[in-house]
Amino acid sequence: MRGKVVIAGVGHTAYGKHPGRDRISLIVEASRKAIEDAGIDKQLVDGVLVKMANSEPSFLYGQRVAEALGIRPKVGGSLDQGGAANIALISYAAMAIEAGLMQVAIVCFGDNPRTGSRQVYARPRGDDAVYGFYSTAAGYALIHQRYRGEYRVPDAQFGAVPVTVREHGAKNPNAQLRAPLTLDAYLAAPYLIEPMRRDDCCLVSDGASAVIVMAADHARQIGIEKAVPILGFGQGQESWEVHLRPDLLRTMAAESAATAFRMAGLTHRDIGLAQLYDCFTITPLITLEDYGFCKPGHAAAFAAEGGIGLDGSLPMNTSGGLLSETGTPGLPLVIEGVRQMRGDANLQIGGDKACIISNQGGTMHTHSTLILGRTA
Amino acid sequence: MTFPRPTDSPAAQPYWQGLARGVLLYQCCRKCEEVWLPAREACPRCLSDDHAWMESAGRGKVVSWIVYHTAYDEAFRDRVPYDVTLVELDEGPRLLTNVVDSDAGRALSIGARVRLKIEREGDLALARFQLDCGPA
Repeated sequence: MRGKVVIAGVGHTAYGKHPGRDRISLIVEASRKAIEDAGIDKQLVDGVLVKMANSEPSFLYGQRVAEALGIRPKVGGSLDQGGAANIALISYAAMAIEAGLMQVAIVCFGDNPRTGSRQVYARPRGDDAVYGFYSTAAGYALIHQRYRGEYRVPDAQFGAVPVTVREHGAKNPNAQLRAPLTLDAYLAAPYLIEPMRRDDCCLVSDGASAVIVMAADHARQIGIEKAVPILGFGQGQESWEVHLRPDLLRTMAAESAATAFRMAGLTHRDIGLAQLYDCFTITPLITLEDYGFCKPGHAAAFAAEGGIGLDGSLPMNTSGGLLSETGTPGLPLVIEGVRQMRGDANLQIGGDKACIISNQGGTMHTHSTLILGRTA
Repeated sequence: MTFPRPTDSPAAQPYWQGLARGVLLYQCCRKCEEVWLPAREACPRCLSDDHAWMESAGRGKVVSWIVYHTAYDEAFRDRVPYDVTLVELDEGPRLLTNVVDSDAGRALSIGARVRLKIEREGDLALARFQLDCGPA
């Protein structure tokens, strides 16, 4: 699959508050912008793949989105893997294009939990609600605490993740949360669910994103100059609830990355930057270790030593990630990866190395990985 | 203010009934001897539906814990800060619980020994724990 399929265009709404906007109208806006960015005619699009909206899972959702887009797709539908679904859908689109089922796909996601309902993020967690176990954050906090205790990581090292990512967001005019975060302010902020502080948690936002996927040959034939090659992808699903996992600190993200590296024919040395799902501080730390960029227990120190900064060995979340740019699950990380590989990112990282992107869902229940190469 | 209730699942009824009469039960597969919680109708390892309920000795250790400083439900508003703790029973199964004398988590550490202390919330019996400092 390496390099046979490209991302030909990207689009998104503003991230933040969209009072009164229907989530599908947000998707239409993002898709229109992605089509314009690719410079193609909408008539070419014959695939519509949609990530399920977290705040309102619904029946035949993919078809409602296709109708709003005015497209009768050959391949369509929606997928629920939580946040991992975005990259999973890009990979399914790539394979369906390669197999001849369709030619050009829109992969999209939109939701409005900020001005609509964010109840999903505060929900009781099954029967464990009788012990007061509520919210999406809680499972991540259990992993954060275990990491802190098992590896004896000081809180200041955890703080390096939001401090660094917020620094990137502060320099991005499109980011929502542009106020930089100091380590002192991080440590002084109250706990939300201890040991996670306020700034360990990403924003909850309205917004939509879309990307256009097509064969590399096709993009070349119709003269798309900014096409970004998909070099590899993979998936891995932990599936078990956090408290039932034998090891809270390792997940199937390792298999997801290994699959993507194998497909791309690349090693860690070929990766110049990373866009890692940062719904909470602990998430990219576990991902850095599962992916093999850091040894177990070393990712927080790597972040604290500047490894994930713009001048670090692996600049991470160069547009501000979920923690400050978007607060929406996953697809904007792919869009920033595409811009970096095209050379038109806000904070452009130089060199000719590839970009690795992670998406995940649930509480590290699902994981997907994408490796993009530079525009030829 | 309504305290949350477990779902009315037939598979889990022996578990809640066990707590009501003062014992913590877990499931054990008669075919492959896998042990687990929470209640399921089939063994998650060999998928056999032939299992037995076993009585736990009620001893275990802390794997991780968190402390809520905000209540997500009216029922817990007067209880913050409170811990939710992940305990591994000596028999193997894991469960989420509260450690009643943990001083809102401050007395907890990874590996700390705990013992069962069944407590009632209305007509519901819960498998809470307390720190186990005495001899086993």
